[in-house]
Amino acid sequence: MSELTATQLLRLQATGKATAAEIADAFLDTYRTREPKLKAFVSLDEAAIREQAAAVDAKRAAGKPLGKLAGVPVAVKDVLCTKGVTTTCASKILKNFVPPYDAHVVERLRAEDAILFGKTNMDEFAMGSSTENSAFQTTRNPWDTDRIPGGSSGGSAACVAGCQAPLSLGTDTGGSIRQPAALCGIVGMKPTYGRVSRYGLIAFASSLDQVGPFAHDVTDAALMLEVISGHDKRDSTCVNQSVPEYRKTLNDPVKGLRIGVPREFFDKGLDSEIESSVRAALKEYEKQGATLVDVSLPHSKYALAAYYIVAPAEASSNLARFDGMHYGHRTAQKADLIGTYAKSRGEGFGKEVQRRIMIGTYVLSSGYKDAYYVKALKVRRLVKKDYDDAFATCDVVMGPTTPTAAFKAGEKSDDPLAMYLSDVYTVSCNLAGIPGLSMPCGFTKAGLPIGLQLLGKPFDEEKLLRIARMYEAATDWHTRRPKV
Amino acid sequence: MSLTLDQVRKVAILARLELPEADLIRMQSQLSAILDYVAQLEELDTEGVEPLAHPLPIHNVFRPDEPTPSLTPDEALQNAPKREKGKDYFSVPAVFDTDEPMSH
Repeated sequence: MSELTATQLLRLQATGKATAAEIADAFLDTYRTREPKLKAFVSLDEAAIREQAAAVDAKRAAGKPLGKLAGVPVAVKDVLCTKGVTTTCASKILKNFVPPYDAHVVERLRAEDAILFGKTNMDEFAMGSSTENSAFQTTRNPWDTDRIPGGSSGGSAACVAGCQAPLSLGTDTGGSIRQPAALCGIVGMKPTYGRVSRYGLIAFASSLDQVGPFAHDVTDAALMLEVISGHDKRDSTCVNQSVPEYRKTLNDPVKGLRIGVPREFFDKGLDSEIESSVRAALKEYEKQGATLVDVSLPHSKYALAAYYIVAPAEASSNLARFDGMHYGHRTAQKADLIGTYAKSRGEGFGKEVQRRIMIGTYVLSSGYKDAYYVKALKVRRLVKKDYDDAFATCDVVMGPTTPTAAFKAGEKSDDPLAMYLSDVYTVSCNLAGIPGLSMPCGFTKAGLPIGLQLLGKPFDEEKLLRIARMYEAATDWHTRRPKV
Repeated sequence: MSLTLDQVRKVAILARLELPEADLIRMQSQLSAILDYVAQLEELDTEGVEPLAHPLPIHNVFRPDEPTPSLTPDEALQNAPKREKGKDYFSVPAVFDTDEPMSH
């Protein structure tokens, strides 16, 4: 049962073929067998899961109206606040942090009767592309447990791919949903900046962060997006725009579809197996009547450099709040106030987080701000303009999600720059604030999943999902499950 | 762009990070490599380009100033690293050096 999609699980319950309690038990069984190998979760409370499932069954028995995710387990990345449940950001500094409130998206899950199914592992404070920066453990890729699942939302991707949960939430600042979705062979979506409230999301880079779903298929991703999207006045960057019922139009193919193929995404550095799978996917679209349009994103080669100035700059400012005073780790060493800050932060943050705080502090410091930070913001505008220009001639931009398939644990952990390069095709989407989605489009000869990336116009999620569904309906990659 | 060890030390002070010497030395080469990489932006002519700090054209968002329920003192203090028993405040190290007389 744990290999089923959320949509299938909802149907089983609606037709009386399974209860929420049975579903929860099935996923807990898979969790128990596979978790020692996958290490996808930071915490999981079996009793709380059973309680929630029993409450859904009782509600159904009493004939009360049920939410869109009634009885469906949903795992949540440990960067999203959950009231009364530790939220660590996979950092020593927040190891014992118990939020007194829920993130907006967690409130939405509860309101739709989802079963909150554990908190997932991640790179510390969402900084990384492999989960190796977690202070607690490295999550493993369900398709090959010698390999990483990608990151930073690696736990959320691995638990869905490994059938420990049918759905999960991640966050994407530079590719942290799309990259692990690609490496784990599932669907992952970063909505338009402002589509989903960031309230209760522990901030990494506020102008780039966005919450989004992981799912086995596009239908489930559309369902999750319906649930988590929408206005929330507690996040002033969350726009007040109605949320379409994405699933209603999902199976309507887009007529006269024009696909922009940016030549810069097929440049050197792209693995040949990835390229041929992505090209084959484009052929499938052509078979369905789509036209391929050659587009150029001339500034995309600078996007990664701009990102690694903007994101650390915002992070260095956001993470100033972790000073050991109000919550989080405080040093046991005796020191004055400033010394207590510096020792607590030196002890509490891991190496990658410290590196990014240092980079961010440097590029914002007096005398360097114009040369680095302001320069990067100008490049950011050029990156966004490239997309505006491209979307004048096409409905969607397509290419690979990642330059290579999943790499081995330890392969890049000592070389921060090599790790950063795994985000080369994903960061420009965050800089531009547009929606992006990764979906499975094949496997390498070694049996590792390959991701196709679809990028759309701002707030055009409805069309983006329909376009994704066109390919999915003609292929069966999304039905494959790994043997763990 | 390579950073000197002294520059790395200075940035660590600004960032309020107390790090062992070995970490600072490792960071010197790693940060220099990252700064070298991002220096490729210098190739681009950005004369006259308006910086873009935020992808949405949202500026000031106002809402009525209405009192709403908020955290109780106990909830706000539940994660405090140090708290005097039964007292509604965070306990922190002395801000002023008590050996010296306070002056205005």
